[in-house]
Amino acid sequence: MASIAVSQGQVRQPGRLALLLRYFRRNISLAIGLFVLFLLVAFTVTGLLTVDPKDAYPLAVRSKQPPSLEYPLGTDFFGRNLYAAMVVGMWQTALIGVLAGGLGTLIGTILGFVSAYFGGWTDSTIKGICQILTPIPVFLIQVVIAGSLDKRDVTIYTMAMIVVLLAWMGPTLVIRSQVLTMKERQFVSVAKLSGVSEWGVIFKEILPNLLPFIAAAFVTQVFAAVFAAFYLAVIGLGPLREPLLGNIVWAAQSQGAFFNGWWWWPTWPALAMVLILGSLALIIMGLDEFANPRVRRSE
Amino acid sequence: MTIFSIVKRLFFLVLVIWSAATITFFIPRLSSRNPIRERFAELSRTGGFSPADLEVIIASYSAKFGLDKPLWQQYTDYISGIARLDLGVSLNKFPKSVWELIMEALPWTIGLLLVTTVVSFIIGNLLGAVAAWPRAPRWLRTFATPFVLLQGVPPVLLGVLLLFFVAFRLKALPLGGAYSIGTQPNWSIAFVLDLLRHQILPAVALIFGSVGGWVLSMRGMGITIQGEDYVTFAEHKGLAGRTIFRDYYLRNAMLPQVTGLALALGSVITSGIVVEQIFGLPGLGSALNGAIQTNDFLVIYGIVLFITIAVASLMVLVELMYPLLDPRIREGG
Repeated sequence: MASIAVSQGQVRQPGRLALLLRYFRRNISLAIGLFVLFLLVAFTVTGLLTVDPKDAYPLAVRSKQPPSLEYPLGTDFFGRNLYAAMVVGMWQTALIGVLAGGLGTLIGTILGFVSAYFGGWTDSTIKGICQILTPIPVFLIQVVIAGSLDKRDVTIYTMAMIVVLLAWMGPTLVIRSQVLTMKERQFVSVAKLSGVSEWGVIFKEILPNLLPFIAAAFVTQVFAAVFAAFYLAVIGLGPLREPLLGNIVWAAQSQGAFFNGWWWWPTWPALAMVLILGSLALIIMGLDEFANPRVRRSE
Repeated sequence: MTIFSIVKRLFFLVLVIWSAATITFFIPRLSSRNPIRERFAELSRTGGFSPADLEVIIASYSAKFGLDKPLWQQYTDYISGIARLDLGVSLNKFPKSVWELIMEALPWTIGLLLVTTVVSFIIGNLLGAVAAWPRAPRWLRTFATPFVLLQGVPPVLLGVLLLFFVAFRLKALPLGGAYSIGTQPNWSIAFVLDLLRHQILPAVALIFGSVGGWVLSMRGMGITIQGEDYVTFAEHKGLAGRTIFRDYYLRNAMLPQVTGLALALGSVITSGIVVEQIFGLPGLGSALNGAIQTNDFLVIYGIVLFITIAVASLMVLVELMYPLLDPRIREGG
């Protein structure tokens, strides 16, 4: 009988980095998404270190200049240096995304948890509200909210709040369904039988197992928040002084930028937004594949 | 589908519309903005009437719009107005009613969105099905990849980039507007062609922006169906690949996709509104945008409510149509 024993030294476990790279080769969308996001972050960080944020605001530089050595991305009608505007705008977009995404995920997680864990009429109320609100186009309600605010009250933070107000239904339903299945799993029963307290079960047993889903919900929420804030800004409901990317596109289109030959004005913010939303969408797709092996593609 | 389930769905529809109406009623009233005062304060700066006159005008207009009544009465008036499909009158284009404004804008929006949604739904589903079909040629399968990469990018951004490359650089298509400046709408062939030429870029932006989503969901569905026993059975029975593809594969994936279409209606109309705005096309988006800029509050709420009602009703309609699509539901009752 041939020996099938393999001495331990011969099986070389590949290093962590190699494993990670190997995984990225399989999950290409996650890899591309993270790579583009990294480039965007690098652009914003180097930009924040090198430009004067004041140049991103009106009347800072000569207006309507095409891209040149002095103004790499040109300047707009109102005298913003578009390079500075892009840097500040991307930073603000990230701020809105993380703030609104984080808050939405937090609210959603708490509501989903409460709903699934306590059940009964609490569950039916929360679930019912989510179901009724879901068919209503959220963007339109956001338009009503943003439209009824005084223009001076609209800031980056109010934008984030407007977005959060109607963005918790998604994570609530996702977390709820996950807690519902997890509640019935054996390790929870074991913990309960061994006398772990109610809060102990929630924080020590269920929550750690929920983390991947919370993370996925968070990225989805960041995407949704950036998307919503962009849409509001692009129809002129953003904080008009700020160089938010949607604002720049809106201002450019309402000044007839293409008709006047100022092609650089709306093009850069649109391109940046394509990269931001595209990379986030790819990351969401990749995480989906990571968390849900059923949609994993065979090689 | 029993009578009971139909009634249940209609009740749900009423609940959705009532919630949307309540939200659109109360949110603006929480704010300190007074649209009528803003409007006439602006007018008084340009035209010559005294502050005392201004107060009289504001009071009479508030009475006209019912804003002097107690809140609960305003609310019941508003809700009963909606039940009668009366959405009030425009402040800016007084005495035109909101309903008239919507009806003027609606054909433009429906024309653009109906065509683009149907086209992207068909292209996306076919590409997605092919991408998951192991027997499809490799080049055909990779055809879907660029659309998947674009998935998540809102159509309006593609619109801006298309404007730059196609309209500005290549000068192949117009830069915006519904028809060439200086022409009058009429039914001549030249005008209709001009009109269509102006719709190409927005339509392409909307189609390319939404195909990716359908490709992804259809591909997922396709992979699941391939593992089903009935597909394996059909293969072993020696059925032609085309028959399996059409009758076993597409047919079974269609129902969830149609549900997806109903759920996507809200985002379809949202991107439509924003695309209209960027291309300067007439339609609900431009009407909404004009109302926002002039703070024409009843028009804003009217359009928002109208779209909500349309989307929610279409969703229920699609649900009620399931039995026509899927015999299993018909039999099950």
